[in-house]
Formats: sequence, C-alpha cells, structure tokens
Amino acid sequence: MSWVKNTFSSSIGRKFAMALSALFLMFFLLQHFAINITSVFSAEVFNDLSHFMGTNPVVQFALQPILIIAVVYHFVMGFVLEAKNKGAREVKYAMNKGQANSTWFSRNMIYSGLVVLAFLALHFYDFWIPEISTKYIDGDMSGLMANGDFRYYEEMVEKFHDPLRTGFYVLAFVLLAMHLLHGFQSAFQSIGARHPKYTPGIKKLGNIFAIAIPAGFIFIALFHHLTSH
Amino acid sequence: MSAHKGLNLTLKVWRQQSQKEKGQMETYQVSDISPDSSFLEMMDILNEQLIEEGKEPVAFDHDCREGICGMCSMYINGEAHGPGRGITTCQLHMREFNNGDTIYIEPWRAKAFPVIKDLMVDRSAFDRIMAAGGFVSVNTSGNTQDANAIPIEKHKADQAFDAATCIGCGACVASCKNASAMLFVSAKVSQFALLPQGQVEAKERVQNMVKVMDEEGFGNCSNTGACEVECPKGISLDNIARMNREYLSASIKGE
Repeated sequence: MSWVKNTFSSSIGRKFAMALSALFLMFFLLQHFAINITSVFSAEVFNDLSHFMGTNPVVQFALQPILIIAVVYHFVMGFVLEAKNKGAREVKYAMNKGQANSTWFSRNMIYSGLVVLAFLALHFYDFWIPEISTKYIDGDMSGLMANGDFRYYEEMVEKFHDPLRTGFYVLAFVLLAMHLLHGFQSAFQSIGARHPKYTPGIKKLGNIFAIAIPAGFIFIALFHHLTSH
Repeated sequence: MSAHKGLNLTLKVWRQQSQKEKGQMETYQVSDISPDSSFLEMMDILNEQLIEEGKEPVAFDHDCREGICGMCSMYINGEAHGPGRGITTCQLHMREFNNGDTIYIEPWRAKAFPVIKDLMVDRSAFDRIMAAGGFVSVNTSGNTQDANAIPIEKHKADQAFDAATCIGCGACVASCKNASAMLFVSAKVSQFALLPQGQVEAKERVQNMVKVMDEEGFGNCSNTGACEVECPKGISLDNIARMNREYLSASIKGE
C-alpha cells in the first residue's frame, strides 16, 4: 500500500484529504444546525432528536469516530501545511500587497481556524466530555434527569446563561463564517471539482452556507441567552 | 517627445552580493524619468547613474523585453511584475507611477528560488520539474506523422493552447502566500494532458512532475487565487483543478 502513503504525503494528496475532511465537517455542521434550530421552537423535539443522536449505534460508533478523525486530521494537517508553507518562503517581502490579488479570508485560514479550534475545546468541555462521561463512564444511557424529563434541553440552555460564554460562541461563529467563505469553494477546487457550468453556482452556494449556518448558530445562542433567565 | 514632465522617484531596491551573503534594502533617487519609459528602462537609467557614481549596478534578469521570454521578474510595490494585469515587468510603464512615489523593488521570494544576486533568482527548479515529465516522447522511425492527421476537439485545443502560453516566469510562485508552484506545474501538465499526443504518458507525467515539485521545496496550494490574478499570461485556476484530478486519478489507476 505504498501508493496510498505516497499519495497522501504529496502536496496534492494532502490538500485532497484536507478537502474531504472539510466536506464531512460541513455536512456535520449542517445536520448539527438542523437539530439545534429545533430547540428554538420545541424543547421536546430537540430532546427527542438529541436522545436519538446520543444513543443511536450508527451515529455513536460509525459517524462519531469519522467525525473525530476528520476534526483531528483537519487541524493537525492544517498546522503541518501552514508550517511547510511558511518554510517555503524563508525571507519575507518588505512590501507585499496580498489584498491586490486575494481575499483576506483565503490568506488567513490559519487564524480563523485557530479561533474555531479554541471554540471546539470549549464546546467539547461544555457538552461532549460530560456526554461521554455520563453515558460511557457512569453508564447512564437514559438521557433523563431526576424528575424523569430529558436532560438535553436543560443542559444546553443552562450553558447559555453566561454572557461571556455566549459572547465567545458568537465570536467563534463569526470566524467560522470567514473560514467557510474561503473553505467551501476551496474544498471543491482541491478535489478537482471545477467546471465553468457548476463552479459559479458552487461559489454562490458556498457564500450562502458560510453566512447562513454560522448566523443561525449565533441566533440560537443569543435566543437562549436572552430567553432563559 | 512626451509632453509629460519627468518623474522623480525614490527606489528601495534589494541588494545582495551573492546567494551566501545576506542582503538588504538600499535607497536610491532617480529623477526626470519619462512616463513613457518602461520599468526596465528606468532600471537601466538607475544602473547608468550607479556606474557613474562608481557603484555596482543592480543585477536583474531581462531578455526579450516584449513580454514573451519570462525572464524579467521583480516584485514591485508588493506585486509580481508590479501593478497592472496581464503584463510582465518589461511591459510595465512608468506612467503607472506618480511623481514623488516610493517604489519597492524585490526579487521573487521562495526557498525554491534562491537569490543569485540582487534581483536575480535561480529558477532552475522549474527546469527540473519540466525534465521530470514536461515533454512528449516522439520516437520516430523515419516518417513523421502530419500533426493535423489527429482530430482534436476545438475547445480542448484552445484550452491546451491557453495552458501552453505559460512563459515559466515564476510570478505564480512569487505571488502565492505559500510560494506554491501549482499554477506553473498545472499549466504544463494540462497542455499535454488535453491533447491525444500527451495522453499516452499522462499518468507518469503528472506523478513525476508533482514529485519533483514537492522535492524542490515549493509550498502547498491553498486556493487563494493570487497566482491567477498576477499571472502575466492569465493562466486559469482550471488548470490546478485539472492537475488535482489527473494526479488523484493517476495515483489510483497508475502503475
């Protein structure tokens, strides 16, 4: 299998793998949003969907590991490529006009990515680690509180009491939008999906996705912050 | 004679004695430069002035001075070949600048393009990439086939021609924030991959050229598109997407 190793250690292979992990993460983001937005309309629907996602074996033992691999690969390779790219120009220009030929978002993926990574650390601390601990360490798969109601909605709303946390969530989603404004269409280019007929549409769809999904998450965070007191 | 008044300019020029020695920016003044002169002619005037002052002239690459050889490089005011689109430095004219301007003039910056002296860089990494696959083997045995005997779709012939207009100047590498050579290599891969004559060796070609590109120390493509904007020949990012497809398909189907 040396061809696999050779392919994925080449510049093009790595970009391909970055793009594949990105496409999976964007799909994940979409379904995460679809579930979270229900919390604005109905605690019951949100609880039912959360319980299904949290206990379904396909989600837990097939999709979740893929997600974790995709997240870890995407940020580890992001750092590896950034280091290699920095090394490819040892002496910097005294005068460089990047803004003349490319977008700010495209040149600063590492910084928008770093903020999203910091957000993920907080998000895992807030939700994922308590979930894993309750379900797989304490062995409580019921998803219920002491009063017999599902705990998911209560746990989420409680997190958004804190204005600092809510503020950081909002900031991280703004940076995520910037990351996606370049990342969405870039992922298609990296896998070679470019065609005069479809690429303009992909770019438009990418801009809509990059703004609408993070804006939706910001709305959810602010909604619960403002209504949960 | 031009009716324009001559330009007085401050030039910040990178001076470096050799590859091994450290370089630095030096400041020079030039006066009464005709707005109709080309940027390279302005550099010639600077050099004559330096020679008269008993100083060493600035070394820079140039050859045809009509935008086709790809020799003139120079990173001018933060852009490859300076302001303006679809031009090389020899096609840049001083009318693009204003009296009293300060102009930064630097060599292409990339680890794979080491500075030879001042503004001249060693672009032989491109030659080594070409030697790895940028050709079609023609093993003739007496008779050469008529080139027009093979039917080629018009749009493919046009795309191959567009890719083949790459002059290998290295502006893509210089402009890329990662010093990536993807636009150059993809143009060379494409011009052959699009034509029946090139398809015979297409798989080995793309694999070998990408391998050498990586070994030479160019960075990775992050699709910022700066290369396409700064390319004097307007080579399209379509070529990079095609090279990605060619490479991935060759990795799966190749030997």
